[in-house]
Amino acid sequence: MFQNQYETVFILTPVLSETQIKEAVEKFKKTLTDNGAELVHEEHWGLRKLAYTIQHKNTGYYQLFQYKADAKIVAVLETDFKRDERVMRYLTTKLDKYALDYSDRRSKGLIGKKNVEPAKAEKAEATTEENA
Amino acid sequence: MSLINDPVDRKDTARKKYCRFKKAGIKYVDYKDPNFLLKFVNEQGKILPRRLTGNSLKFQRKVSVAIKRARHLALLPFVADGLK
Repeated sequence: MFQNQYETVFILTPVLSETQIKEAVEKFKKTLTDNGAELVHEEHWGLRKLAYTIQHKNTGYYQLFQYKADAKIVAVLETDFKRDERVMRYLTTKLDKYALDYSDRRSKGLIGKKNVEPAKAEKAEATTEENA
Repeated sequence: MSLINDPVDRKDTARKKYCRFKKAGIKYVDYKDPNFLLKFVNEQGKILPRRLTGNSLKFQRKVSVAIKRARHLALLPFVADGLK
């Protein structure tokens, strides 16, 4: 059966400690994997300044999940978000073919200015050579 | 003074607008990159019209959706003063 890829970004409250954040992230990861979703990529952006206040807070911890799943799982995840007070905001988007291509390159660290790309690649090569 | 309108000398500086996405071959507008989206809003954080940015309709739609998503995630402000 064909499965869509989705991308979810959510913001956790800044009042949590490091371990609490890890625990919350693990919890949502578990709801995904328990329901048969396949996690493709995840990113933790850390504490970021918000562009405007949400629940009287100016900062938040951002977390991104990219996963392959049935459409039903999105609703399950979102009810989990709604029930959890630690989540201030969430956004789930379906990835089309261009978005998939983009996120693929992004996860490999290729997104950026064109001039930067070859330089980065060279650097990576250089480091691998050093390691060898 | 002649009654016939004299031809106006247009300066060549008026360059034709173009869609930067088509030119650069960008296929996907990322809502997670607020610095890039900042090019398509004015100081108040409003989305600039197509007649100013020169975007094609296809990409103007994608830009506006991306900006709205970024706003929801507090990556861009809904309203601001002196964003630039």
